[in-house]
Amino acid sequence: MYKYNDFDHAFVTSRNAQFREQVNRRISGALSEDEFKPLRLMNGLYLQLHAYMLRVAIPYGTLNSAQMRQLAMIADRWDKGYGHFTTRQNIQFNWTKLQDVPDILDALAEVEMHAIQTSGNTIRNVTADHFAGAAADEIVDPRIYAELIRQWSTDHPEFQFLPRKFKVAVTGAKQDRAVIHAHDIGLQIIEQNCILGMRVIIGGGLGRTPMIGKVIREFVAMDDILPYLESVVSVWNLLGRRDNKYKARIKITIHENGIDEFSRLVDERFALIRPSFQGFDQTLLSEFSDAFIAPKFQRFDLSAFDARYQGDPNFRSWVDTNITAHKQADYAIATISLKSHGETPGDASSAQMRRIADLAETYSYDELRISHEQNIVMPHVQKAHLPDVYDALRAIGLATGNIGLISDIIACPGMDYCALATARSIPIAQNIATHFDALKLEHDIGPLKIKISGCINACGHHHVGHIGILGLDRAGIENYQIMLGGDGTETPAIGERTGPGFGADEVIPAIERLIHFYLNERLAPSETFLECYRRLGLGPFKTALYETEQSKARANAA
Amino acid sequence: MTVIINDEGLSTPEKEITYERADTLNKATCALDISADQDLNALSDYLETLTLIRIEFASFADGRGFSLARILRLMGFSGHLRAYGHVISDQYAMARRSGFDDVEVSKALATRQPEAEWLFRSNWSAHDYQTRLRKSA
Amino acid sequence: MPRPIFDQIITANALLAGDVVYFTAADTWTRDMQKAEVFSDEAIAQVRLIEAMAQANVIVGAYLMPIQHTKDGHAPTHFREEVRTKGPSNYAHGKQEQSHV
Ligand code: HEM
Ligand code: SF4
Repeated sequence: MYKYNDFDHAFVTSRNAQFREQVNRRISGALSEDEFKPLRLMNGLYLQLHAYMLRVAIPYGTLNSAQMRQLAMIADRWDKGYGHFTTRQNIQFNWTKLQDVPDILDALAEVEMHAIQTSGNTIRNVTADHFAGAAADEIVDPRIYAELIRQWSTDHPEFQFLPRKFKVAVTGAKQDRAVIHAHDIGLQIIEQNCILGMRVIIGGGLGRTPMIGKVIREFVAMDDILPYLESVVSVWNLLGRRDNKYKARIKITIHENGIDEFSRLVDERFALIRPSFQGFDQTLLSEFSDAFIAPKFQRFDLSAFDARYQGDPNFRSWVDTNITAHKQADYAIATISLKSHGETPGDASSAQMRRIADLAETYSYDELRISHEQNIVMPHVQKAHLPDVYDALRAIGLATGNIGLISDIIACPGMDYCALATARSIPIAQNIATHFDALKLEHDIGPLKIKISGCINACGHHHVGHIGILGLDRAGIENYQIMLGGDGTETPAIGERTGPGFGADEVIPAIERLIHFYLNERLAPSETFLECYRRLGLGPFKTALYETEQSKARANAA
Repeated sequence: MTVIINDEGLSTPEKEITYERADTLNKATCALDISADQDLNALSDYLETLTLIRIEFASFADGRGFSLARILRLMGFSGHLRAYGHVISDQYAMARRSGFDDVEVSKALATRQPEAEWLFRSNWSAHDYQTRLRKSA
Repeated sequence: MPRPIFDQIITANALLAGDVVYFTAADTWTRDMQKAEVFSDEAIAQVRLIEAMAQANVIVGAYLMPIQHTKDGHAPTHFREEVRTKGPSNYAHGKQEQSHV
């Protein structure tokens, strides 16, 4: 893992001192709320419905046990004993007080963490494939480059007051687990003529105007990547619209100016900027490569694992669902589901965090990952240890075997916490999960991604859910729109809107109609919901969705 | 009335400077005022004769001026660069790092944000990732 | 000005704790909605809102919210305000928790 050097420590310390002083000035009145707001947002502090929410960055989703324990400590000492892991590899504390935040930031700095640029109109926490360094389909560990981009974007003097937020995601694999097509910039590490570089995808984003990113450059060599990124952001900083915040994101800038013109401007800027990078960034890269070196993997006797796998159907089901193949045959990537049926997606109690930290220390080379699907990953577990890991997780209620299934739902905080929400999302997620768990249909349905947002901002990625649910306020009543066929992977697609929305108590029956239709129509159990949808199209699914008993009766009468 | 802020602290402008706008720009222009939507290519022929360029910040939340300053420096402008308008003390380091020499704000703003708050960020060259990343290998 | 359909009160979030507060007739802020000053007249409500917003060192984001009168006192008319007066639905946190102690 990357360790802070003296420079990083000094930087975070001075940043925290600045924020402490900014809080004091807000309290004394020297700063108005209008002036303080962007400053607190630059440090991840939001004001939500009931309290301040602090969003802490987990850079490229990587965490060690000491950091996880410190998050648990913060949850107990300054919050209500839990934290919420988000789709952008952050953790949110929902109940902080303004005057405590400087102390929380100091506590984070003790374990090399911070909340810098987790919010505000700046370059946000850089996210990466949560299986980085462990996945079989990877060219190189993307965190090496994500760390470089983190350092470049942190406190970048030109880019703290951008037209809008700017999100970057990196993957080093063929399979896209980082949703790179729905980021302002998505980077895929590739190799061309034995040179490492990046495919640059630009202008993706969800929210009010969802768009799938476009390739602006098929290949940018690694030693050009920082100046190239800087050129993109510099061009957008000047060109992006500031008259209308809904048109400020880079996706709109590119839509309005055309990718060719934008690309031309970037090249022009690049010629100016490139000479100012004199090479130290490349020296750092080799340092980071050492920091992210893979553990020394070994071979092990798997007889205990095999015996348990054969003999214990619960364990087998958990392994089949929550384990992903590791690049080393005797190892496994274990995903800990934060989606126990009926619980809040992405929440972990301080006790659970501590226990997970222990497990990481004992069984996963002291490493954990936060996935954008709001789960926790143990990246390098010896298969022989899986029975112990499973038993330990079961003891704390975290052995739910539902990764990638209908109850593995992404849900944003929605109206239960968020000041921008138009409807709740958490109860919808809880109800869907418990309903299909009770029907024992989950495994039969197979891979299915449901994603829920509590407003048009789309923090819950509903546009890229196989089933997307968007909560709206229709004349003072919660109403849920359903979208189908979205996909956030390397075959990206924005879901299609089905039609009129549903009341809160009509959502479950509506989802059930879709599921039953799929189960009846699929060619074989191996045909997934998304494949079936792509084969049949929106039409028949839409008919099934709106075909209620009443409409059937009406049709028969006619 | 305005106040100038640099690494030494606050001061009042010594003499009245007449700034010209880009539409009257010529080889004899010394001081130029530009707004955040200025096309910098239009200035490229004058960068050697200009001695002072003042970039206006209509709102502190509009960060275009930082990129403009940096681009002017990369284009070779070596004269004086001044950030003017709604700039707050928390942005002082950003302004200096982007290539500005100083900041000019209204008296009212300087009263609300007294000298100590600006001097708090006068060590702007410390803890700067950018300088570090850019230096030679 | 015309009389609005609903009576209104002023609400905001406290600057330090960030929790939900309501403006009283004594120019103070209370955590109990029942103690809020109630406005039937829109013009008076607007004037009081300006006075409330002036307390920028105590609160953030003051606004007028409509209320209805029930047998248990004033109640919100919109589910957003209901969530603010109670707390989230997934845990017994927020105001619903304080009312037990
Ligand atoms: C609770 C406080 C939150 C607020 C106020 C908030 C605000 C916003 C806003 C305004 C947007 C739309 C940006 C745009 O379209 O320009 C947005 C998008 C987004 N947010 Fe949040 N958000 C919150 C929580 C979260 C959480 C909990 C997550 C992760 C689970 C998250 C992740 C995202 C993502 C992934 C997007 C859409 C992708 C994109 O930027 O295009 N946010 N958020
Ligand atoms: S989607 Fe809307 S409701 Fe949900 S967290 Fe984002 S801003 Fe809040």
